[in-house]
Amino acid sequence: MSARETAANILIVALLTAIPLAAIVLDEPFYLTLATRIVILALAATGLNIALGLGGLVSFGHAAFFGLGGYVAGILASHALNMEPLVFGLPATQSMPVIALVAIAVAALVALPIGAISLRTSGVYFIMITLAFAQMIYYFAVSWPAYGGEDGLPMALRNAFPLVNTAKPLPFFLVCLAVLAAALVLFRLIRGSRFGAALQVGRQNPTRLAAVGISPFGIRLAAFVISAMVAALAGVLFANLNRFASPSMLSWQMSGELIVLIVLGGKDRLLGPLAGAMLYVFFEYTLGGLTERWQFFLGLILLGVMLFARGGLLGILAGRTRHG
Amino acid sequence: MQLPLLLEQLLNGLQLGVMLFLMAAGLTLIFGVMGLINLAHGSLYMIGAFACASVAAATGSFWIGLAASLAAAAAAGALLEMLVIRRLYARDHLDQVLATFALILILSEGTRWLFGSFPLYLDIPPLLQGAVPLPGGGQYQLYRLAIIGVGVLVAVGLYWLIARTRLGMRIRAGESDREMIGALGVDISSLYTIVFALGAALAGFAGALVGALQSVQVGMGEPVLILAFVVIVIGGIGSIKGALVGAILVGVVDTMGRFLLPQILALMLPAAQAGMAGAALASMLIYIVMALILALRPRGLFSAEA
Repeated sequence: MSARETAANILIVALLTAIPLAAIVLDEPFYLTLATRIVILALAATGLNIALGLGGLVSFGHAAFFGLGGYVAGILASHALNMEPLVFGLPATQSMPVIALVAIAVAALVALPIGAISLRTSGVYFIMITLAFAQMIYYFAVSWPAYGGEDGLPMALRNAFPLVNTAKPLPFFLVCLAVLAAALVLFRLIRGSRFGAALQVGRQNPTRLAAVGISPFGIRLAAFVISAMVAALAGVLFANLNRFASPSMLSWQMSGELIVLIVLGGKDRLLGPLAGAMLYVFFEYTLGGLTERWQFFLGLILLGVMLFARGGLLGILAGRTRHG
Repeated sequence: MQLPLLLEQLLNGLQLGVMLFLMAAGLTLIFGVMGLINLAHGSLYMIGAFACASVAAATGSFWIGLAASLAAAAAAGALLEMLVIRRLYARDHLDQVLATFALILILSEGTRWLFGSFPLYLDIPPLLQGAVPLPGGGQYQLYRLAIIGVGVLVAVGLYWLIARTRLGMRIRAGESDREMIGALGVDISSLYTIVFALGAALAGFAGALVGALQSVQVGMGEPVLILAFVVIVIGGIGSIKGALVGAILVGVVDTMGRFLLPQILALMLPAAQAGMAGAALASMLIYIVMALILALRPRGLFSAEA
């Protein structure tokens, strides 16, 4: 990592810590909600970045896993609240760590077949197929009335976390921040590991990877599943933040947004997704405050970034990466 | 189950398939010739529908509206190609996805700005109102039958254009070797603009035709776009024949699934549960079919690249 990128990273982290401080000093709890939103979106995008940034797997369907996480949180919590057992008489729970583990397991189980089928293809087929599978799950959620269908599934309470009062904004923010920090550590560990090296070579030169005797398929599938698990974890937190598991979490726009976050911030960078999420929420908040048509201007900005500033925000702040 | 009902659903499936073909043909042509994945194709569909509905409302004639939809979508396509899209040909697919995703945001919000948030409505032209009798005693909407007919005509016309004309020859040459036809003196950049505008016109035409069956609103294009993606993934990207077969397959499977699955499940389950499970399963059916086809043929049924 270059000195400039380190400086840019410190700036980003400083900005992120400044928001909750400002919220407390100015007594504006809404800023804390914004900061929590940034952290959760950054978590989901960091998950996607394992597949997209490291592996070059442009998944246009990660909203499926994000939304699955949200629905696991909503469904378990609503069963627990109504004292209804789940399937096979298993008791439901309100405990966030347990719910997170269930969400991660569910996401892995779903991502495994989706990844195995999608990874038989590559390039533009892969983009379209992941999109199509996410739509399949979206339509299933919308047409299955037991858990809200098109209306989504409200949660009466946030899930409980041991020793922490998640109903208060600051403790909930800190929980989310801790999870993001853990995910960033995971991303760094993967990037520096033998597995990560193989994954990145698979993106840059699959022939060379094959020449040293490693088949890209298994590596990519593992990266796809891990990245889905992180996205599902973010989904659990997102549903908790809004106290609502919404079908829009599963929608194709959400998948697009997650990719946007990565590219706005700078792909193949540790803090790219976080920088992108900060920028995105900032645009959403400021442009959204100025005009109802903020997405029009967001589109223009995004198009400008795509055409003229390809490294994203971190590309501008920290200069070009040393290797593609 | 009565025969006329089954026949009606089958025709509905064909009609959906024909619409999907109009979308998928443009997408697959643009990908085949320029190597571009265009998410904003659904926006061109929407532009066609809005052009048709507003011009038809102003002039009182559906047919002028239909012509306007072709013109507006083709012009919008040519403009987009010259301003934005041509900068993306050399980029990777990720950049193309994001830039065209940005175009969706711009075009959707721009349309909402111009036309407001309320949907527009388009009437079926008097000439095509009414119904025709089906064998077995049913009736079928004449307009939907006309759409099927138009779709067949467009398919034949496209085949003729690509296989028999000079422009088609250049398009095919552009697909197989773009450097070579550039070296032979063909103006490749205006060829790309023409191909993009042609794809856009087909999408806008589809939007205008469907506009008379459902309301014309912002966001109408994306569900169709995603179905068209499924179509070209099944058919093989770059193949017009694949787009036709895939479109009919998706249209018929989707429609028949929604019609038959609840009834089949009703033989095994109580009625309420069968309806619920049938509807949920039917909404997933085409994706399951897609997954099965890809498991057997990862590059689709008629891949141009194979």
